[in-house]
Amino acid sequence: MGMEGIGQRVVRKEDKRFITGKGKYTDDVKLVGMTHAHFVRSPHAHAKVVSIDSAAALAMPGVIAVLTGAELVADRIGNLICGWMVHSKDGSPMKMGAYPAMAPETVRYVGQAVAVVIAETKNQARDAAEAVTVEYEELPAATTVAAALASDAPQLHPEAPGNRVYEWSIGDKAATETAFSGAAHVVSMDITNNRLVPNPMEPRSAVANYDSGDDALTLWTTSQNPHVARLVLSAFYNIAPEHKLRVIAPDVGGGFGSKIYIYPEEIVCLWASRKVNRPIKWTSDRTEAFLTDAHGRDHVSKAEMAFDADHKILGLRVHTYANFGAYMSLFSSSVPTYLYATLLSGQYVIPAIYAEVDGVYTNTVPVDAYRGAGRPEATYLLERMMETAARQFGLDPVDLRRKNFITSFPYQTPVIMTYDAGDYNASLDAALKAIDYAGFPARKAAAAARGKLRGIGFSCYIEACGIAPSKAVGSLGAGVGLWESAEVRVNPVGTVEVLTGSHSHGQGHETTFAQLISERLGIGIDQVSIVHGDTDKVQFGMGTYGSRSGAVGMSAIVKAMDKVEAKARKIAAHLMEAAEGDIVIEGGEFKVAGTDKKMPFALVALAAYTGHNLPDGMEPGLKEGAFYDPTNFTFPAGTYVCEVEIDADTGKTEVVNFVAADDFGRMINPMIVEGQVHGGLAQGIGQALLEGTVYSDDGQLMTASYMDYCMPRADDLPSFDLHHTTTLCPGNPLGIKGCGEAGAIGSPPAVINAITDAIGHNDMSMPATPAKVWAAIHGRAAAE
Amino acid sequence: MTTVSMTVNGRQVSADVEDRTLLVDYLRNAISLTGTHVGCDTSQCGACVVHVDGRAVKSCTMLAVQAAGSSVTTIEGLATGDELHPVQAAFREHHGLQCGFCTPGMIMTAVDMIRRHGGQLDEATVRHELEGNICRCTGYHNIVKAILDAAAKMQMPAAAE
Repeated sequence: MGMEGIGQRVVRKEDKRFITGKGKYTDDVKLVGMTHAHFVRSPHAHAKVVSIDSAAALAMPGVIAVLTGAELVADRIGNLICGWMVHSKDGSPMKMGAYPAMAPETVRYVGQAVAVVIAETKNQARDAAEAVTVEYEELPAATTVAAALASDAPQLHPEAPGNRVYEWSIGDKAATETAFSGAAHVVSMDITNNRLVPNPMEPRSAVANYDSGDDALTLWTTSQNPHVARLVLSAFYNIAPEHKLRVIAPDVGGGFGSKIYIYPEEIVCLWASRKVNRPIKWTSDRTEAFLTDAHGRDHVSKAEMAFDADHKILGLRVHTYANFGAYMSLFSSSVPTYLYATLLSGQYVIPAIYAEVDGVYTNTVPVDAYRGAGRPEATYLLERMMETAARQFGLDPVDLRRKNFITSFPYQTPVIMTYDAGDYNASLDAALKAIDYAGFPARKAAAAARGKLRGIGFSCYIEACGIAPSKAVGSLGAGVGLWESAEVRVNPVGTVEVLTGSHSHGQGHETTFAQLISERLGIGIDQVSIVHGDTDKVQFGMGTYGSRSGAVGMSAIVKAMDKVEAKARKIAAHLMEAAEGDIVIEGGEFKVAGTDKKMPFALVALAAYTGHNLPDGMEPGLKEGAFYDPTNFTFPAGTYVCEVEIDADTGKTEVVNFVAADDFGRMINPMIVEGQVHGGLAQGIGQALLEGTVYSDDGQLMTASYMDYCMPRADDLPSFDLHHTTTLCPGNPLGIKGCGEAGAIGSPPAVINAITDAIGHNDMSMPATPAKVWAAIHGRAAAE
Repeated sequence: MTTVSMTVNGRQVSADVEDRTLLVDYLRNAISLTGTHVGCDTSQCGACVVHVDGRAVKSCTMLAVQAAGSSVTTIEGLATGDELHPVQAAFREHHGLQCGFCTPGMIMTAVDMIRRHGGQLDEATVRHELEGNICRCTGYHNIVKAILDAAAKMQMPAAAE
């Protein structure tokens, strides 16, 4: 292993451009003749669009066009799709209303676009948008699941009676009822998982350019998966056939799931660019981002857990209501079903599980995957239940968990998943040691002496990552396969370009993927370029989400590298007149074992391209591609422990100690892995303490700026204490499990368990604001 | 339209812009320095921080005309040729960035913070003073480490005197 190979804390190659202001983000793209788009958006949560008068806007300086939803329909631009079919328990397909890119007749959430203004400058477009007069006929709105399911609730879509998208279930209902009927103890809880807004720091942006000479379109966009965007834009939205549409996702400033989806604005900019025959740029402002980026979470659940007299879990029964917002976003249907309920076994032996999930339309922004996507909701529910059960039984929460841990693998849960490898006691032990669990009572006493309430809370999470085996997800309703592709191109001088379908928007692929090549060939990472994010360069790819780029994306590179290496060995053996089996690769050189014969990799590469002296019948060149389809999900897991101190006079919670002990399998670059955990923890602690999305009853988003939606700041968070235990993933060649989401998945219950421990009061909803915590301490009604 | 002239990264620049043009739009669009970013509309996120006459300013909160005649330093002007500023180097060394979008503002804020405190910083001070800069990727852990390390290194030459 070289200094830049697998397992090394290599500083990132991509940093140079970011720290010197040379990053190239979508809003940095400028084209000759570029125009600007500004959308006219609904101020109402639910209304009929009676008329749109653009005459005044069209007369304003610089205005080129005002386009409406009716014109989209006339041009046969397709409605937005949901790419994962989920069937209700009665076998019927989910019930979906049409989701147009601009609403021609009815608006269903505040912020939904009804028209777009194209003008020479951004300010001209913005000014003219204010002059577009839209007459609405207001309708009653429902923003919560409870309101949308009420008997007199307004109906959002005629296709979905009662605002119900599906009533899905998983698990064995009869076996679960039997488990409960024989239970010595039953623990019940009502659990809400608060709605969050993803908030990558770079707002979404799109630059669309129609080239009339070639009748082709190019889109620069803030996407985590440009190839998926091209596929969907071509196959479903009628924008252009794939070979006439290039999608480029350049530097992208964070995604966290919210940049997976193909949004109305990209569709409209592409369509409008062709109509006005000019390039068009649109960049979201922050309030627009709050109003249009897919939100996350928003579950309301009732959960019951059955235990025997020895406190072993017998069964789990869950009924969850998922708020989907006004339309079904691209992967929304899968989040509260196959990404949530399939993880309800957690780290525990639970013989019987039955979960029902009702998906519900409301007059709010569409909800889809946000960092963790379903797995944070499952973890929060289970880990609140376990802590609560331990408190009710008078047991140490550590002991109750340990008693119920899965300890032999592979382990088949009652909810589809087959866990391949893990050691949950190891990560728990590592966390207990790091936090000094035995010393907690003394720390609590010391805090009390300072007038502070100190509490400790645990969370033992598991997640399913590395999504996913194409055949398996296909059988569950996915519209796409979830493999990944890679191409390794060796240049004649021995430098290497890796083309990958993964997309880096903060993950550091330009470094970690190069480390893999360095490990294999012994060349420096400066000899390797990672090419991604451009459908004209990379043939295809499924993109980056679900902690899949290591486990799936790098596995594809390994497969391609295997082929490159096999051919290079043949060439080297031929040139050095040795047996292929005697060739060893070390430090960038091909050597003949047991001799002093060797040649640098660069000369092998050159020989491949000169073709002067290759084995008989061998094609020149050294370039190989591969597709990798995973054999299973991967199962990162770990234990998080949070200690808080609360000021009883103000209700303010301070996270004073946070330990994370994770098992991610093989780590390519521990520095980058730790960075991923830090960021995930901040988002999870943000969910637990700070971030709450608030709608008024009539559907106005009250938290639509950074003055109203509390983003975690540096002084809201501690420095984190990170530890790792390792069981390699047996399902992929590198043994990688994935690390991108764990922090956001595991941390919220640890925080809430710590707060409820500190205040001696088990009811606490997220975000645990000072007002709520103060009210709980002082026995008052919570100020929501 | 108004002709607005200023010195940016040591270079005299001039452009005709609408009176309502913000300094950040002047930098990004009129003179094509796209390293300074816009992350919010409410002066909360700090992605747009630059130095105006030596002090950190949120360039989304200042009109370009207000900066007329001033000397502005942006992220593009921080390094000396190929030699990174110690704060830039520390952000790379400590993995203080992921997606890179908040990074220019973070670095410009950190430089100003270290200057104002004469390099005498502790973790609590750094965290408190980063109130006006939001990062969604790093959880701030490595940003704080980077700033503390850069402050210590920038202090050393002075201490040696």
